[in-house]
Amino acid sequence: MSALLSLRGVTGGYGPVTVLHDIDLEVAEGEVVVVLGANGAGKTTTLRAIVGEIATRGERRFAGEPLPRTPEKVARAGIGLVPQGRGTFAELTTEENLRLGAAMRRDADVRRDLEHWYEVFPRLRERRDQPAGSMSGGEQQMLAIARALMLRPRLLLLDEPSLGLAPLITRELFEQLGRLNREEGLTVLVVEQNANLALEIGHRAYVLETGRIVASGPADQLRGDDAIRKAYLGF
Amino acid sequence: MELFFRYLLNGIGNGAVYALVALALVLIFRSTGLLNLAQGEMALFSTYFAWKLTDLGLAIVPTIAIAVVASMFGGALIERTLIRPVHGPDKSPLNVLIVMLGLFLGLNALAQLIFSDDAEPMPKPWPTVASPGDPVGRNARFAEVGGVPISWSVVALLLSLIVLAGLLYLLFQRTKLGLMLRAAASNPASARLVGINSSNMLMLGWALAAGLGAVAGVLAAADRGSVNPGLMAVVLVYAFAAAALGGFDSPIGAVVGAMIVAIAEAMTIGYVKALSTIELVVPFGLILLVLLVRPTGLFGRKVVERV
Repeated sequence: MSALLSLRGVTGGYGPVTVLHDIDLEVAEGEVVVVLGANGAGKTTTLRAIVGEIATRGERRFAGEPLPRTPEKVARAGIGLVPQGRGTFAELTTEENLRLGAAMRRDADVRRDLEHWYEVFPRLRERRDQPAGSMSGGEQQMLAIARALMLRPRLLLLDEPSLGLAPLITRELFEQLGRLNREEGLTVLVVEQNANLALEIGHRAYVLETGRIVASGPADQLRGDDAIRKAYLGF
Repeated sequence: MELFFRYLLNGIGNGAVYALVALALVLIFRSTGLLNLAQGEMALFSTYFAWKLTDLGLAIVPTIAIAVVASMFGGALIERTLIRPVHGPDKSPLNVLIVMLGLFLGLNALAQLIFSDDAEPMPKPWPTVASPGDPVGRNARFAEVGGVPISWSVVALLLSLIVLAGLLYLLFQRTKLGLMLRAAASNPASARLVGINSSNMLMLGWALAAGLGAVAGVLAAADRGSVNPGLMAVVLVYAFAAAALGGFDSPIGAVVGAMIVAIAEAMTIGYVKALSTIELVVPFGLILLVLLVRPTGLFGRKVVERV
């Protein structure tokens, strides 16, 4: 498998504060990769470095090409990010949010994709004319994911999708993501504190600690590692 | 009763001008959260520019078209060179306030310096009748209903407002570009994540606002027969009042607010002789009342977000 996304020695942060130190990370086509770590370990910052929301040094490559340095160009290159807190357009309706996901597409299949995601997430169809801001957290999370998928991304980035969701909804969401990966070949990089769930659908995982990658390997192996289990999995 | 309708028509004519400027204010407020203090003087500059074109012999209708397009470029230029460097979530709102104040004073002075510091005649883009001593003529009568003459100026002003507001509605609600503009206004960071260049959308917002201002300025000057350096400062005050009344984030509110403010102004001038020199008091009394009861304005929305 050749790497779809690869970070080599990526260092970056906010202004004078360096958060990420020398990050090496790879995601292959068709994989689900999980990034684990405590609060403040630099998980969100890693995603922001990938999409170009912060300045970085080091090499960021996507599908063999260097990644652009602004979020709008990264999106057009084929990376969809579902930000923490979902980032839906609160005043706009569900359908407008979804159509915006495809704003940069030139092909004629937008309508068909819209129907497709309505079938995958039937709740969104029920709420198609409702302002996104008035929906529940779980529905907004589905909307944010569906919006990112309307981009037809080659890689989907998810930032703490379980945040603020009830456990049952979170489980449903991860099962959905696992299915999308198996059935549609969706490549996913997910940052998550709820490590158990994430590792269930993940193939490989990285562990971040204060901006450095301290462990990585197949998901099963990390689940079997006592030190990591105690620190991040809580059992 | 006949007098009442006369005052009402006066109010509606002025209301159309206030509404255009208020729409421009709402446009910029919704996309940037800024109250553009320089909106009136940007329009004044456009209006003097238009006068210069007519002075050079161009007819008024093509003049308006050229002035609108030029003003849109000017508005975009102002956003890109003067506003963008000082405005942002990590910068003090005072910076951009001072830049806008500078624009307010600077554009007025610049218009006087480049074009004219005097009142200049503005031809009317509607039928007129010749009148001695008046270079552009008086507004012709459109119709007479029950003894009340309806001037062409009121009809033309109202029509312009309806057409422009309708076009804006179509742009924002029915086109992909409009959807992208609304997305960038709603959440610029998320808009970038779906590939929209949010900065360009902001620039486009300023361009549209400047274009609207140009129409408002030229029509206001044409209605009065001339443009003078103080023309738009007063209009801006009423437009601000209109937007505050209707809700700064609501285009419909801007139009309705403008009509209420302008009609209140006209009635005050007409009926309350004691207040006729300080007619600003009445609209502001209204605003105070509305804002006490509904701080978001008549049509403003308080966005309740569930997390």
